[in-house]
Amino acid sequence: MNAVRIATTVNGVRYERDVEARMLLVDFLREELDLVGTHVGCEHGVCGTCTVLMNGESIRSCITFAVQADGQEITTVESLANGDMHPLQEAFWEQQGLQCGYCTPGMLLRAQEILAANPDPTREQVKEEISSNLCRCTGYAFIIDAVLDAAQRMRTIGGEPAPGADQEPATEVPEVPERVPGGEEARA
Amino acid sequence: MKPAPFTYHRATTAKEAVEMLAAAGDEGTVLAGGQSLVPLMNFRVAQPAHLVDINYVDELDYIRLDDGWLAIGARTRQAALERSGDVAKAAPLLSEAIRSVAHPPVRHRGTVVGSVVHADPAAELPACVLALDGELTLEGPNGERRVPAREFFTGPLMTAKQTGELVTEVRVPARNGEGGGHALVEFSRRHADFAVAGAAVSGDAIALFGVADTPVRATDAEARLAGGADPAEIAAAATDGLRPNGDVHGGSAYRRRVARACVERAIRGARNGGGAS
Repeated sequence: MNAVRIATTVNGVRYERDVEARMLLVDFLREELDLVGTHVGCEHGVCGTCTVLMNGESIRSCITFAVQADGQEITTVESLANGDMHPLQEAFWEQQGLQCGYCTPGMLLRAQEILAANPDPTREQVKEEISSNLCRCTGYAFIIDAVLDAAQRMRTIGGEPAPGADQEPATEVPEVPERVPGGEEARA
Repeated sequence: MKPAPFTYHRATTAKEAVEMLAAAGDEGTVLAGGQSLVPLMNFRVAQPAHLVDINYVDELDYIRLDDGWLAIGARTRQAALERSGDVAKAAPLLSEAIRSVAHPPVRHRGTVVGSVVHADPAAELPACVLALDGELTLEGPNGERRVPAREFFTGPLMTAKQTGELVTEVRVPARNGEGGGHALVEFSRRHADFAVAGAAVSGDAIALFGVADTPVRATDAEARLAGGADPAEIAAAATDGLRPNGDVHGGSAYRRRVARACVERAIRGARNGGGAS
């Protein structure tokens, strides 16, 4: 194995790991860090369910190698809920912005980025911007409803700080929790 | 699918990257944004034994105006080009075209030079660099050389880049509002897909993409464009001789018709000051 030592900050926590050079970032997040919120979809950068943020910008983690996260800050969908659901998650819940939920982690992070750039988008703007992510269930109408609803909620509460913006990276690597038997999601 | 194993080399300077590539020989490939390469590796269409990562080569991340040229370094992301006021002024065709290149999450990682060097015949950026009479700067074991875009594209995903060379920069003449209008018009089945066919017009230059093994300049039609001919006549001249490959999305004749319509609309757009679609 061609192992490479990397140090990366994920959701404000610093991790050091030896990874195989060919390991994709999405597999690193899921298999090494047990952050299974980020989904593996098409595996060639088209569907967007593997979307994470690198240094605050959305990227496809299925066409990025884990070694390329070395020294970078990664943010995953697990960063959104902080005890309570994030307004984006509430809006997706209320508007039924998902059916099977497979595309949802990517939709949420991409929606967060869209609304950070434009807190009051038109429906057309949301349609255009969210076209980076594929959903095979909903026909998109409810997803767009959810993003617009979230925009209103987030404007009302005065905007959201960037996830992890007020956190110093922890220096200690936390124990990775045991997987719940039978609780892991099916892989595509 | 997952990539086949490879050895990872991280360069921190252009010189170091060239040395790593030279050592890897035929087995080496540059990893820049990875937005074209890694999908091919995931499908194991590409199985390079050595990857030379230039993402940590900070000196290749620049957009600079120098001596009448707009130069873009090999680590410069497409998103940076999209945001650049210098590009909008010096090469507005690139600013317009970049919005048709994939989606924001891909443009955050994908590099401008990487897209040009990948040389997909249906991609926008290679055609734009060709239309703008751009040049590539290559560094190799024997030093630096410049290759005009007209000589760079040699076939589908094939270029004049030789084993052990790193393309460090793409540059185009800075226009700064002179030299006529511009427009990029393409037809794709979905927004951000590769085009069925498309045309980039800048001043009197016309480049077509998605119609041949490489992006192509329409030289005869350009003379008519310079002479002020009717857009429909120019578009016919630009596309009559084309024999595009047919595929599941359309036959050869259909692609030629689409290309003709794109050229005609691009010329009308350019004559109206650019920004047509």
